[in-house]
Amino acid sequence: MLADFIETIVKILVVVVVLLTGFAYMTWFERRVIARLQVRIGPNRVGPEGLLQPLADGVKLFFKEDIIPAEADKALYLLAPMLAVVPSLLAAAVLPFGPDVTLFGRTIHLYIADINIALLYFLGLGSLGVYSVVLAGWASNNKYALLGGLRASAQMISYELAMGLSVLAVVMLTGSFSLVDIVEAQAGGRWFVLMQPLAFIIFVITMLAETKRAPFDLPEAEQELVAGFHTEYSGMKFALFYMGEYIGMIVISGVAVSLFLGGWQGPFAEQIPLLGVLYFFLKVAVFMFFFVWMRATLPRLRYDRLMQLGWKVLLPLSLANVVVTALAVVARDTGFFGLLG
Amino acid sequence: MSSIPLNWYLIVAALLFCIGLFGALSRRSAIGILMGIELMLNAVNINLVAFWRYVEVDGLAGQMFAIVVITVAAAEAAVALALVRALYRSRDTVTVEEIDLLKW
Amino acid sequence: MTLEQGIFILASLLMLGSALAMVTARSMFVAALWMIGTFAGVAVLFILLNAGFLGIVQILIYIGAIAVLILFAIMLTPDVMGLKPGPRYTGQWPLAAVMASTLAAVIVLLLVRAGNDWHIADAAPNVTDFAVQLGEAFMTTYLLPFEVASGVLLVALIGALVIVRDE
Repeated sequence: MLADFIETIVKILVVVVVLLTGFAYMTWFERRVIARLQVRIGPNRVGPEGLLQPLADGVKLFFKEDIIPAEADKALYLLAPMLAVVPSLLAAAVLPFGPDVTLFGRTIHLYIADINIALLYFLGLGSLGVYSVVLAGWASNNKYALLGGLRASAQMISYELAMGLSVLAVVMLTGSFSLVDIVEAQAGGRWFVLMQPLAFIIFVITMLAETKRAPFDLPEAEQELVAGFHTEYSGMKFALFYMGEYIGMIVISGVAVSLFLGGWQGPFAEQIPLLGVLYFFLKVAVFMFFFVWMRATLPRLRYDRLMQLGWKVLLPLSLANVVVTALAVVARDTGFFGLLG
Repeated sequence: MSSIPLNWYLIVAALLFCIGLFGALSRRSAIGILMGIELMLNAVNINLVAFWRYVEVDGLAGQMFAIVVITVAAAEAAVALALVRALYRSRDTVTVEEIDLLKW
Repeated sequence: MTLEQGIFILASLLMLGSALAMVTARSMFVAALWMIGTFAGVAVLFILLNAGFLGIVQILIYIGAIAVLILFAIMLTPDVMGLKPGPRYTGQWPLAAVMASTLAAVIVLLLVRAGNDWHIADAAPNVTDFAVQLGEAFMTTYLLPFEVASGVLLVALIGALVIVRDE
């Protein structure tokens, strides 16, 4: 009992530390890669190859003046940045990042919790993310912030539908909401991206929209809205919004990897558990590169085009995908293909 | 055996229902009335699930009912907010006392 | 007092306190935020009642969709945002308060007098995975309610669109 408790605490600490370090180095990675894509060099002065840049940024943000606008709603103004970080951190609890490990005679599962409705839990926390944006926009008492908040909430609600439906196709194939079961169902290279390419594409597009990344970064479109919902924020509170965004990116990539790319599965991962963890992180890193690549490549969508894409293209496509998958699953379970052959 | 008596749930749900009732009866804004109604529906759901858990745990009727109530609440919220929007556009107000075309 | 009871009391206080704050808040935006507190309390109660699936559904639909929708409507309606000042309540609010508190008093009194006189079959549920059970029931025993609910949703969707459409 006590050992279980300690094990869980240690796992939570490790996951939080990894996510926070991942956030810090993701800022460095993004700036370097974008610089490369734009034929610049990027931050390279602090430490070798600029590796200490995140630290320097953190120190700088710590000592910045913390400004609360005069007419702002103080309690909500303080609450919003916290709400940006907490749901993303909580969502990481259901991610399986490796096979079972035996350590000191104990079998340790490399996930914090395997709940049978893990995917619903993830979607639920995703919908909580809207609040940080809405509250920040409203509490700042600034018209740009309010417009950014409005845009963000509409965008996130619209894309969440398509995301939920694309996930549903995978759930129907495995018959389980648990990410652990879904990863196990993909053993032996039977990745769901092969069976569900359409669902994968829809998930990746909605994933960009849910994390408010380019080309869907309208809530913070600097040319029209200054910085959108976080216009008025400074210092550590500003940093918390960034933290929420990047941790959200890492966690949602983890979910995408678990759903479609086999999670930690890969050659010899069963025998050498650490290899599984490595595969998982490599796959997530590919997604992180994808995020940066998209930002450097694609122009921002116009707002009405964004809504049209969400409601008139992605939603019908994902619905059709659910129907086709349902038919295929029924055919498989009733042996329809057997009758034909 | 749960350590919480069924009564506790029923009392809490009754109080929530009455608070929602007060909100629905007294608010001037149509949206305030809608929010009061949402509270009442939530109170009903607590009762349904509590009775399911304590009386009919082998069936699923209680949870089923709660899910249907949530569905209807979602539909109701969508339609009501569309009405509020249309009202605001045509009459420039959402205060229920000022929407008195049929009253004379 | 057990841990379960403690959680129940905390969740109920959160729920009822938020509900009271909601019906008394001056600004509709703040009222909608208190409503979210109430929804969260209800979700905790569902989880305490072994209905974890409903708890998540409560968060997903009520907090994630309905509350956002209401906030959205409030932000798009300057009238409600408090830009036009005016009293929060209609003239009949004392009557409403008396009615609501009388009803509360009557129900609570009856419940306290009834005590534990219910046909309580208080056995813990023998399954944990209600998602599967509910899914199967929706496709068999409860097929008709399921279809009716989806019909209601479709009608509401089209109805809402028709109502807000520009000419």
